[in-house]
Amino acid sequence: MIGFQHYLLLATVLFAVGIYGVLSKRNAVAVLMSVELMLNSVNLNFVAINRYLVTDHAVGQLFALIVIVVAAAEVAVGLALIISIFRQRKSVNLNDFNLLKW
Amino acid sequence: MFAWSLELAWLIVLLPFAAFALIGLFLHRWPRLSASLSILAIGLSFILSVLVAAHVFLGGMEEAFEMSIRWLDMPGLKVDMGLLIDGITGVMLIVVTLVALLVQVYSLGYMHGDPGFSSYYAYQSVFAGAMLGLVLANNFGQIFVFWELVGLASYLLIGFWFGRDSAKNAAVKAFVTNRVGDFGFLLAILFLQIIFGTLNFNGLAGEIAGYTNTAVLIIISILLLAGPIGKSAQFPLHVWLPDAMEGPTPVSALIHAATMVAAGVYLIARAYFIFSATPEAMMVIAVVGGFTALFAATIALVQNDIKRILAYSTLSQLGYMVMAMGIGAMTAGMFHLMTHAFFKSLLFLAAGSVIHAMANEQDIWKMGNLKDKMPVTTWTFVIGALALAGIPPLSGFWSKDEILLGAYAGGYMGFYLLGTLVAFLTAFYMFRLIFVAFFGSNKGGEHAHESPAVMTVPLVILAVLALVAGFVGSPLMDYAFAHYVTYPGAVHHDPNAMVMVISALVAIAGIVLAWAVYQKEWISHLALREKFRGIYTLLYNKYYIDEIYHQLGQIFIDGTAKVLFWFDIYVVNGIVNGIAALTGGAGKVLRYTETGQVQTYAGYMLVGVIVIAGLVMIAGFTMRYTVFM
Repeated sequence: MIGFQHYLLLATVLFAVGIYGVLSKRNAVAVLMSVELMLNSVNLNFVAINRYLVTDHAVGQLFALIVIVVAAAEVAVGLALIISIFRQRKSVNLNDFNLLKW
Repeated sequence: MFAWSLELAWLIVLLPFAAFALIGLFLHRWPRLSASLSILAIGLSFILSVLVAAHVFLGGMEEAFEMSIRWLDMPGLKVDMGLLIDGITGVMLIVVTLVALLVQVYSLGYMHGDPGFSSYYAYQSVFAGAMLGLVLANNFGQIFVFWELVGLASYLLIGFWFGRDSAKNAAVKAFVTNRVGDFGFLLAILFLQIIFGTLNFNGLAGEIAGYTNTAVLIIISILLLAGPIGKSAQFPLHVWLPDAMEGPTPVSALIHAATMVAAGVYLIARAYFIFSATPEAMMVIAVVGGFTALFAATIALVQNDIKRILAYSTLSQLGYMVMAMGIGAMTAGMFHLMTHAFFKSLLFLAAGSVIHAMANEQDIWKMGNLKDKMPVTTWTFVIGALALAGIPPLSGFWSKDEILLGAYAGGYMGFYLLGTLVAFLTAFYMFRLIFVAFFGSNKGGEHAHESPAVMTVPLVILAVLALVAGFVGSPLMDYAFAHYVTYPGAVHHDPNAMVMVISALVAIAGIVLAWAVYQKEWISHLALREKFRGIYTLLYNKYYIDEIYHQLGQIFIDGTAKVLFWFDIYVVNGIVNGIAALTGGAGKVLRYTETGQVQTYAGYMLVGVIVIAGLVMIAGFTMRYTVFM
């Protein structure tokens, strides 16, 4: 029987995979995808907690919807930035973008 | 008779200060008005002082008059501002206001046309006011305030012609040298306040009478003596006074006679109850005074500058007064202070008249035969010199005789002989000056002319005083002076004919010797100078005291500078450079964390979030257990 803890476990794994992707992927598009993965793990948490702990309101589900909307906007902005930066540097490899230092 | 004048005595102090404020703030554009106001103020002070003195001396006042208001009221420290009027104050009031008044009138002529005429009178007013405040003060706190004001005014007046480097340096020298003495004075005041809890003279006199710890009293006395040693230019702090003649000559007259150096002697007299409590302190005073008297008199023998001779003569006479204080003849010391104030201000003003006439020439060898060109100046100067030499019946004779008598009858044979020797030297160097400058055959005085009446009238008045002022303390008037200026336990010695005759004889001998050497030239002073070249050079260079102080100052200042340099280089710079090196080093290490890679920064963020989350969890557990346990 699948229970609350399984959802939380899955969300944690997804979040960890997302963080790993954000911190280690060279490709900017892959990093953006990893961020999406983390957002989705949070969505999963919201929905699961709404189902098992706070059952009388749909607050968690509403939050999940908001996160999906914001994520769509974020992907649009993120991809626009990546395209813009690609036009400048002919690359999407994050190792090439190291101007943020002393 | 004039008892009401005592209630108004505070006006004596206030009037000159008011004149100073008015001139300084509003009237300095109008020199004549400034001078008139200043003279008016000191004139009114003089009249009031005469009334006060008349009440003290003739009105049969037996008790000292005292009034005061509270000035500072703090826990553990209460300082009053008040007046104390007794015989000593009465004498000082007359001397200070009279000499200051005559000097200010004389300055009308001497300072005529000076661009700083107004400020000169403003400074004169503050000088006189400060000195009057000092002699009227009823406690040590107030006396110290006015003491410092006197020092300030003297600084301003000595450096009055501050365009000249020598005047500027002399002013600084006077101020700094006085500061050395004032340091001791201030320490003594603090000791008195801490030990006895009061600074009032009468209060302290009562406390000290019952105080038995002589060691403390000696320390306080010596510290207190440092003040007069600085102010009255006693050895070893005498160096400022001869240089102080860089100021205008009337200022020298004021400093040497009434307002500046008299303050120190006055303080010894006023604090006599402290000094006389321990014979050791008295001995120190007597030795300092006696040494200064002889030391300065020998220097005066060979100086060539007319004002410098008079300056060393002042040092010598001040030493005389201080010595008198030290051997218990306080009355005689104050008496000599009074007579000296008259004839020394006379001598300085007459010297100023000569310098004025000689177009600022001060070398006596470049003068000569002034007696025909400047009769009034010459004869008043001679009267002053006779009084200083102690020729009977002029004022100096009576006061000097009182001091010598005090030493002789008190059993201080050493000081008696020293005093007699100094009297001889005094007569000699004064008449050396007179025979060379006024009666000499040099042609220097060809173009000299007598000074205007505004300058000669004060000379004549002072000459009359130099003639007659001594009678008030003489046997002829039954020692009226000693009756009023005295202290508990004072002993008065009967006049001794031998002392009188000897003091008169040595004075005459000094004059005759000067006459023989410098007028008749029976003995060549040039040959003498050759024969005693070593001594002559030593005396001419004032025993090299200035040079020694200069060297000591160099050593001390250089030494301090070396220590401070080391401190600056290794400690201050070390701290500053250390902080810089620490910052730089930290930067060098930490720069490697700034890779420029977004992912590295994201990693730091993750670590930060984990740490904060951990802290929140720990805090949460702790709170839970605290609540439940």
